[in-house]
Amino acid sequence: MIRRRAGLRLWLSAGWLGALGAAALLAPWIAPHDPLAQDLFLGRMPPFWEAGAEPGYWLGTDSLGRDVLSRILFGARVALLVALAAGTISCLVGATLGLLAGFLRGWFDMVISRLIDIWMAFPPVLFSILLIAVLGPGLVSIIIAVVVIDWTRFARVVRAEAMSQGAMDYVASARLAGRGRIGTMIREVLPNVLPTIVVLLTLEMGIAVIVEAIMSFVNLSISTDDPTWGGMISEGRSAIHQSWWVLVFPLIALFLTVLSFSQLGEGLKDRFDPVLR
Amino acid sequence: MALLRLIAIRLLTTAITLAGVAVIVFFVIRVVPGNPIAMMLPPGATEADIARLSALYGLDKPMITQFGIWLAGVVQGDFGTSITTRQPVLGLVLGRLPATLELSIMALVIAVLLGGVSALIGTRGRGGRTEGAIDVANGMALSVPDFLWGLVLMLLFGVLFPVFHISGRVTPSLDLPFVTDFYLFESLLRLRFDLWADLVAHMFMPALALAIPLAAIIGQLLKQSLKETMNLDYITLARTKGYGETHVILREALRNAVLPTLTLVGVQFTFLIGGTVIIERLFSYEGLGNMAIDAVINRDLPLIQGIVILFAVIFTAVNLIVDLLYAVLNPRLRHA
Repeated sequence: MIRRRAGLRLWLSAGWLGALGAAALLAPWIAPHDPLAQDLFLGRMPPFWEAGAEPGYWLGTDSLGRDVLSRILFGARVALLVALAAGTISCLVGATLGLLAGFLRGWFDMVISRLIDIWMAFPPVLFSILLIAVLGPGLVSIIIAVVVIDWTRFARVVRAEAMSQGAMDYVASARLAGRGRIGTMIREVLPNVLPTIVVLLTLEMGIAVIVEAIMSFVNLSISTDDPTWGGMISEGRSAIHQSWWVLVFPLIALFLTVLSFSQLGEGLKDRFDPVLR
Repeated sequence: MALLRLIAIRLLTTAITLAGVAVIVFFVIRVVPGNPIAMMLPPGATEADIARLSALYGLDKPMITQFGIWLAGVVQGDFGTSITTRQPVLGLVLGRLPATLELSIMALVIAVLLGGVSALIGTRGRGGRTEGAIDVANGMALSVPDFLWGLVLMLLFGVLFPVFHISGRVTPSLDLPFVTDFYLFESLLRLRFDLWADLVAHMFMPALALAIPLAAIIGQLLKQSLKETMNLDYITLARTKGYGETHVILREALRNAVLPTLTLVGVQFTFLIGGTVIIERLFSYEGLGNMAIDAVINRDLPLIQGIVILFAVIFTAVNLIVDLLYAVLNPRLRHA
C-alpha cells in the first residue's frame, strides 16, 4: 500500500516536470501570443470562464494587456534553465569537495568542514541577496549565487557518506588489491554515494527554482519585461485586489513545480533506500 | 570539567566562525565591479572629487589596511554611514531589529503550538487514519517553502476572506504612544489591547507562513520520539495503574520525548530568522529583511554589510545557546 502510493507520487511529479519541460521547449510554437506584446486596450482581462473575458486569452491578461498563459510558458524556460544549470553545477562542485574531504580526510577535510560551518552562519536568502547585489542582477548572477551558497548541501551529506563508506571492508580490500586512493574513491566509493547525490540534485533543482522566483520577485533577476514567474507574482501582488489571476496562475505553476521536485526527490530517496525496498 | 572544556571549545569555534563571516562580507563587497564612489557622486564629478571622497572613505589605502580599519570600527559598533539615508548604520539596523525579532518569536510560538498539537494528536491516533492525514499534511508543509505559503495565505485570508491585513506592521493612521520599537510587547505592557490586536492582525499571516515548515518538522520529530517512548516499560506500568491514553501521553511520555525536539528547534529557528527577509518583503512588514532588500536595490553597501553581520551574529548566537543548553541538559555531560 505504502509502496504504491510512493510510486504514484513519483509518477505524478515526474509527469508534471516532463510536461513543463516540453512546454518550455516548445513555448515559441505553442504560446498563443507574444509574451512581450502589450495591448493597453486589453489590460486586466479576466480568465476565460469569467464575464468580460477576451477570447483567445485563456488565463487573462496583466495590466499592460500581456497574455498571462504565454508569459507562464516563457517563464517556465527561465525557471527550468536556472534549475538545471544551478543544480548541476552546485552538485558537481559540492559532491566533488565532499567526496574528497570525506574519503581523504586530513587537512583538506578540516578546511572544508570549517568552510561549511562558516557558510551555515549565513542566512541563505540574505547571502544570495548580498551576492546578487555585488554581481549585479541577472540570470548568471542567480546561478552563481545558488552554486556559491548551496555547494555545502552536497558537500555536507556526501562527506558524511564517503566517511562511512571509507570505513567499510570493501574499500580496504580494494586498496589491498592494489588500487590507488583516487582510483578507489572513484571506482568503489562514488557508485555507492551516487543515489544520495541524485536525490540531493533533485531537491536542489526545486530550491533553485524558488531562488530564481524570489530574485525576480524582488526585481533582481532578468529585466522586468521578460517573463518570469517571480516577476509576474510581484506584479500580481501589487494589483491583488484588481486582477487576482495575474498572481494566482504563475503561483500555481511555481507551487506545482517546487512540490514536484521535492516529491520526486523524496520518492527517489525511498526507492533507493534498501531498507524500505 | 568536561562541560567547561566543551564550552571553551564552542566559544572558540564561534569566534572563528564570526571572524570568517567578517572576512567574507568584507571581501565579497569589495569585489564589486564598478567603483562604489562613482555611484555616490553626481555625473560630471571630477577626478579630484573622486580622489577626495575615496580618501574620506579610506578606499585609497591597500586592501589589508582597509580591512584593519573596517574591523576595528565593527568591533566598536561603528558600521559606517548609510549611503542613501546618511545616517549611522548601527542606529538604522537596531531600529528595525525589534520588528524582526517580534515576528520571528511569534512565528516560533505558532510553530511550537501547531507542531506540538499535531504530534500529540498523531500519537493519540497512531497507526490509524488520523496519523496518516497528519503525515500527509507534514509532507506537504515541508515540500513548499515559506515564501509560497505566504502567497497562499495572502490570497486566502487577505483577499478571498479578508480577515487579516496584507501589508505593513501597524495601521498607519493609528496614534502610537510607544517609546521602544518592541511594539507588540509594549502594547501589552501599556494594556493597549486595541493596538495589540491591530499589530497581531498585521503580523499573523507572515508569522504563520514562517511557522508552517517549522511546525511540520517539530510535528514529525516529536511524534516519532513520542511513539518510541510509548513502547517503554514505564509507560506500560503507568497504563496498568489505570491512567487513560491522553494522561499517559501528556503526563508520562511527553517529558522524556521532548529533548531531541528542543535541540532541533534551536537550529531550525535560525532558518526561520533567515526566512524573514523575503516574508517581510512580501507583506511589506517594516523589519530588518525588508530594509536589506531596499539596501540591495539602492546598492547601499555599508547598510548591507551591517545587516548581514547582524544576522550572522544572531545566527551564531542562537546556535551557541542551543549547543550550550544541550550540554547543560544532557546528564551524561553534566556529571562527567
